[in-house]
Amino acid sequence: MHPEPGPEPGPEPESWPNVTLHVVSGKGGTGKTTVAAALAIALATNRHRVLLMEVEGRQGIAQLFDVPPLPYEERRVAVAPGNGEVWALAVDTEDALLDYLEMFYRMRRAGSALGKMGAIDFATTIAPGLRDVLLTGKAVEVVKRKEKNAKNAYDYVVLDAPPTGRITRFLNVNSEVSGLAKVGPIKNHADSVMSVIASPQTAIHLVTLLEEMPVQETIDGINDLRASNLPVGGIFVNLMRPPRLPENQRSQALRHNLNSDQIAESLALVGIDAPGLVAVLEREAEDHSRRVELEQRELERLTGLHLPMVTLPLIPSGIDLGALYELARVMRDAGVTA
Amino acid sequence: MMTFDIDALLKDPSIHIIVCTGAGGVGKTTTAAALGVRAAELGRNVCVLTIDPARRLAQAMGLTELDNTPRPVQGVSGGTLNAMMLDMKRTFDEVVESHADPERAEQIFNNPFYQALSSSFAGTQEYMAMEKLGQLHNDSSEWDLIIVDTPPSRNALDFLDAPARLGSFLDGRLIRILTAPARGAGNALGRIAALGFGIFTNVLSKILGAQVLADIGTFVAAIDTTFGGFRERADATYELLKQPGTRFLVVAAPERDALREASFFVERLQKDNMPLAGLVLNRVQDVDDTGLSEEQIAAAAQALRSMGPDNELAAALLELHVERMQLKARHKHVTQRFEGAHPGVPIISVPAMAEDVHDLEGLRSVGTALAQHTDW
Repeated sequence: MHPEPGPEPGPEPESWPNVTLHVVSGKGGTGKTTVAAALAIALATNRHRVLLMEVEGRQGIAQLFDVPPLPYEERRVAVAPGNGEVWALAVDTEDALLDYLEMFYRMRRAGSALGKMGAIDFATTIAPGLRDVLLTGKAVEVVKRKEKNAKNAYDYVVLDAPPTGRITRFLNVNSEVSGLAKVGPIKNHADSVMSVIASPQTAIHLVTLLEEMPVQETIDGINDLRASNLPVGGIFVNLMRPPRLPENQRSQALRHNLNSDQIAESLALVGIDAPGLVAVLEREAEDHSRRVELEQRELERLTGLHLPMVTLPLIPSGIDLGALYELARVMRDAGVTA
Repeated sequence: MMTFDIDALLKDPSIHIIVCTGAGGVGKTTTAAALGVRAAELGRNVCVLTIDPARRLAQAMGLTELDNTPRPVQGVSGGTLNAMMLDMKRTFDEVVESHADPERAEQIFNNPFYQALSSSFAGTQEYMAMEKLGQLHNDSSEWDLIIVDTPPSRNALDFLDAPARLGSFLDGRLIRILTAPARGAGNALGRIAALGFGIFTNVLSKILGAQVLADIGTFVAAIDTTFGGFRERADATYELLKQPGTRFLVVAAPERDALREASFFVERLQKDNMPLAGLVLNRVQDVDDTGLSEEQIAAAAQALRSMGPDNELAAALLELHVERMQLKARHKHVTQRFEGAHPGVPIISVPAMAEDVHDLEGLRSVGTALAQHTDW
């Protein structure tokens, strides 16, 4: 008898065929940067070019891929199976503002002079919405960028976005900016950014763990996104621990009713013995069963959202480059393909 | 591993403020709430200031309404426990109300820039958490210990830096120069500066639109005459944090990212001579020592897998045990790296709980775990 497979999955994940901008958010501590990176590798597989962007100045991408801190410049950080390429960019608000001034007003030089005066800090502090529209604007610029042969510069863009609690405000630049400026250039820019972010070209994914607080935040986050008409993609359930015991044994474990004699006999067969070992193992089985019960309860709440769901295993050795490729493979097996 | 006695800290009558800080998602709020319950049951009169509690945790503490005032928590014996949830906009409104006559306050509330500032401004939540802490500390007739849970910032240091940053910004030179015409004080600035700032306002108008600048001008003029010194207020609370009656607890989980944040915070506290009590390490995997090695157990599990269905149960249990040993080893490894970098910082480790905490009983058991701390 083998342990039963993981809890009932939600709807099959789709391949999101028309999506070019994948936004990844999640509560702090759920591993959203890891998931964003693995998703970039999964999408790059088989000759695709993917840009992985971060916007929070944490240099999380560089740490994950084990490369020096990223400058404000697109760099190749990894290859994917089948000649795919993952590029990365750490977006800095000030540079994004200079880009913006250059693009729309040919004012980069005046802009840098202002930077020295602290004016750019000032402008982005005055208007937090400005900061967000510049960052999302950069993502949209990359999505739209064409090469000389009219091909897209990148097949996909994966944005490692701010956490769930702030994601709707971050993406809903239109309403954020309009609270501040009802007309004017920044409002126009926000409108054009919104025309990509609120379209089927974009999918917003949330990363969660099967714990009460992250799941609640995910549900609230999805309701917020839906209320703002932002395109929700799927849910990535991270750090899944599959049940190690079949259901009947789990309920025995919870009732302190496991067959202790049988366990002791088995242990004797392989010559494993230590004082109190059976009791230790039974206590751990109880703990595990309680945990599984909780996870299944939380998974059920997520299933109720009727969204594509991808479950990613806990990798006991921790997250390194190898683990990213493994997670990317799990995603592809689950149907996340380009 | 160097550790410390949390009960001694909670009972110490000279301690009046405990600040729990750390990266998001490490159990800061739960730790703050559990410390509150334990301190109250050790006889202190406690007020817990939480920022963004999970719904059920809030309910467990009787926080059903968000009215920005401490409410007594029922079911605690010994001392008393009050708890409140920070409402950042309301706190800001109250600051305005307490300094301006009703007519002027109304004028400020209606200003679009104030509305943006009080609800979504970067740093406002931290500023208002500090402001509220200052208020709670000043009318401390009902409590002698305040436990603060810090906002879920992008960066734990924001809690220390954002208030001063926002304060300087509101009091700063640029905002004054920019809004000078509205304040009728333009002449003092001199012509040379005016030239540079002409370009500056020009660019800002291009980016933001002229209306935004006009709103900011009116706002600054309105608050300037009613209460100045945002920076001063922020500095005063910052000083409060350096007093001998304050202790910081840095909260983390045994993961690389969370411990890196914790390191930044520890270094910063040491640099600014702020009183650090220690590191609380949540969700640490604990395993009973059986005297058997990981390899022995893994080999036995593998052997049992090929010995028929009767032995599947024992095999599964041994595999579970191995997983836990591996997780514990990893947790120990990252913790040792932290200890190596910060040898003087005592650590309390709290074992991973099988279930989420959402009632007083759960908070009590977290409190007990904090007081016992797992020994590695």
